[in-house]
Amino acid sequence: MTHIKRLAADFGLPRIIITLYLLALFLAAPFVGVDLPASISDTMIRIGMNGIMVLALVPMIQSGCGLNFGLSLGVIAGLLGATISIEAGLIGAWGFIVAIFISQGFGAVFGYGYGKLLNRVKGGEMMIATYVGFSSVMIMSIAWLILPFKSPTMIWGYGGTGLRTTISVEGFWRHILDDFLVIQIGDNFKFPTGAVLVFILMSLLIWVFFHLKTGTAITAVGSNPTYARASGINIDRMRIVSVMMSTMLGALGILIFEQSFGFIQLYEGPLYMAFPAVAAILIGGAGVNKATLTNVFIGAALYQGILTMTPSIFNAVLKVDMSDVIRIIVSNGMILYALTRKSKVAK
Amino acid sequence: MDSVEPILSLRGIGKAFYGNRVLTDVSFDVAPGEIIGLVGENGAGKSTLMKILFAMPVIGETGGFEGSIVFNGKEVKFRNSFDALDVGIGMVHQEFSLIPGFTTTENILLNRESLHGSALIDIFGPRISTLDRLTMESRAQKAIAKLGVTLDPKMLIREMPVGHKQFTEIARELCRENVKLIVLDEPTAVLTESEAEVLLATLRLLAAEGIAIIFISHRLREIVELCDRVVVLRDGRKIEDFPAKGTSIKEIASLMVGRSMEAQAQIDAASEARLRQDGAQQAETILAIENLWVDMPGETVRNVSLQVKQGEILGIGGLAGQGKLGIPNGIMGLAPAGGSVTLRGKPVALNAPRAVLERNMAFVSEDRRGVGLLLDEGIDWNIAFTAMQVQDKFLKPLLGGLLQWRSDAAMADLAAEYIKLLEIKCTGPGQRAGNLSGGNQQKVCLAKAFALSPDVLFVSEPTRGIDIGAKHLVLDTLKKHNREYGTTIIMVSSELEELRSVCDRIAIVYEGRIEGILPHTARVEEFGILMAGADRDEPPLSLAEGSEQ
Repeated sequence: MTHIKRLAADFGLPRIIITLYLLALFLAAPFVGVDLPASISDTMIRIGMNGIMVLALVPMIQSGCGLNFGLSLGVIAGLLGATISIEAGLIGAWGFIVAIFISQGFGAVFGYGYGKLLNRVKGGEMMIATYVGFSSVMIMSIAWLILPFKSPTMIWGYGGTGLRTTISVEGFWRHILDDFLVIQIGDNFKFPTGAVLVFILMSLLIWVFFHLKTGTAITAVGSNPTYARASGINIDRMRIVSVMMSTMLGALGILIFEQSFGFIQLYEGPLYMAFPAVAAILIGGAGVNKATLTNVFIGAALYQGILTMTPSIFNAVLKVDMSDVIRIIVSNGMILYALTRKSKVAK
Repeated sequence: MDSVEPILSLRGIGKAFYGNRVLTDVSFDVAPGEIIGLVGENGAGKSTLMKILFAMPVIGETGGFEGSIVFNGKEVKFRNSFDALDVGIGMVHQEFSLIPGFTTTENILLNRESLHGSALIDIFGPRISTLDRLTMESRAQKAIAKLGVTLDPKMLIREMPVGHKQFTEIARELCRENVKLIVLDEPTAVLTESEAEVLLATLRLLAAEGIAIIFISHRLREIVELCDRVVVLRDGRKIEDFPAKGTSIKEIASLMVGRSMEAQAQIDAASEARLRQDGAQQAETILAIENLWVDMPGETVRNVSLQVKQGEILGIGGLAGQGKLGIPNGIMGLAPAGGSVTLRGKPVALNAPRAVLERNMAFVSEDRRGVGLLLDEGIDWNIAFTAMQVQDKFLKPLLGGLLQWRSDAAMADLAAEYIKLLEIKCTGPGQRAGNLSGGNQQKVCLAKAFALSPDVLFVSEPTRGIDIGAKHLVLDTLKKHNREYGTTIIMVSSELEELRSVCDRIAIVYEGRIEGILPHTARVEEFGILMAGADRDEPPLSLAEGSEQ
């Protein structure tokens, strides 16, 4: 009994409530006429889509740079990779791989500059990161209009210059990962093997990295920078490494999101990527200076599960289509809740 | 002055913080116009005594105090500091309590401003009245004039030199009507010598007007020069209360630091038992420090030159704030430093923690929680991390050395070894360092340094804030390590007793310089004199003179 109590205390009451709520939604689904296999499938797809974005937060949390509210910068690197690959006319797996390579290049460069900036504002990283996110999105809003893209699938139909707000990747690399080794059971259940595999693979890489000498040093920097400095660690360099990793993972994350979603969202699209990821990792139990892969998995599953299930169940019960309204209320509500408890770390 | 009714009598004052006794039965009188010098080592109870006099909240919150205070013939019970101010006691704090963005006048008259009368006040109350700046300025001028210095009444505090700030504080206390007693806590610590002279002259002037003064200072020369009487506190007790006339710095110093005869005997016995001392004296120099300066806040090192011999334990002592802590922090690259440091004849890079660690020097910081530990990580990480990062221990090469994998098992083994060796009380190598007690945390810090197997080990305040049992173990471990591995140890501590029981030689730091180096067998009062800044007219005490035993 005490063992169970300890386990419950470790897991934390809020997370237990969230988990029970999610379970209740799944249990209720068949009774209100919601297709359970399709719901589970949707949840899996969403976890695959968003998992790497959540994972991208881990390096910066571990190095003490806090929550990466500037994840939009990584997203922009990913968008550049995607649009340049399409501009080059590359299709299929090849196009996707080129997009990843290009985005990683941009991610590394952006991350380096972003890291340099964050090293100058120690203590205020999260606020500055938020501004970096906003301002980079605004600068790119101008850039998308004036960059010399020519591909007819991407530019505005009238005028002939500037990229559209939404670009379909159908015919290029839509569902390239979701459909890789896909497991199809019946009409409504689809397991996105490729996307989930990539998520697991990247998690494994992060796990390995934090067991290496450099990863250990980064963890120590996040835990106590003064201790790390007294142990001969170059704190600034470790922080830059973590910021670069975070930005590059963000770039990869958006490409995986887009291949599943089917569209590239430019202009203000990147703004809406950081907050859900932050909310997910906080719900997963991470603190501002400590995050584990367990936090990432649990957080992504709980957050995306609730985001998928709540609107469909409520729609079915209320018999009106207000799924988008409910989705926005639920997602922002969870972000708000997660931010209020950001200081506590759970296992 | 005995015939005069005392303005202030402290009777049997005692105080304990959470069962930790800091003051025991302190009684003394202060007569009007008398200057009392209150002296004692750090932690002797001077500040607590003044906090009691001023009814600071911390005293009430921790259960009040024993004894009684009689002021101006009446027993007083101050509920808060305002009561003390009202009856005419002024206090000049160690830290300036001034508002940087206000002028001299505004600071002097804060909350006691002269006001213009107007009809509006009758309707809306006194909060709407305006300041009468002209009267205020003249009142401030009058207070400043009493000091015998010139201050610009319109100057902003933040633009002032420190000396002027100190004078502004005193002027503020003087400006109160009916001020009868002023307490000055280390007023000269931040002043230059000439400013201090002016201040002392001012205080004499005030005393002549009948204001009693309690003067707290570490600078014994000033005490002897200025005061009528000297009250010496040691370990929370009043040791002596005697006229300053005819006394010497030496006498006060030995009263301040003097310990019981048994303690002295113990030290003598310990020193006789030590055989290695002769060897150490002839050994070659391992570390040479030349003209070191360190910019560490509160512990500035101005110009230190020291020769450390191979295999010795060198102690560095001195009062707080004199710069002893700056020396190890500067050499280890944790505070900006300059000068030259050579290890075995080769220069050591300053301001580069890694370079110093790579030369096999290690440091146990005085700031355990801030610098010494990863509070959120396990004991194993805390002990092994530095050795891993600097010396590539506990790493397994993967993929032909491309990746360096952390070996958690090797780290746990190391931690287990030190847990046994140093008797660290914990649940296991994985326990978070933040959950350990102070003494056990200190042992972890030592283990971290030992894991580097250093040639030269700096240990800073190794026994601060830990219990007696752990203290013994820590000091014994240091001695053992020194004997068995020949590690040269430089130990910085504010506890003279501790230094004398462990070290071969002890250097005393005063105002950022080495005031003198004595063998551990030297008499207590010789250390006391060095700590208080020996009379500069006398030649500095040298090794030869010091060893009389």
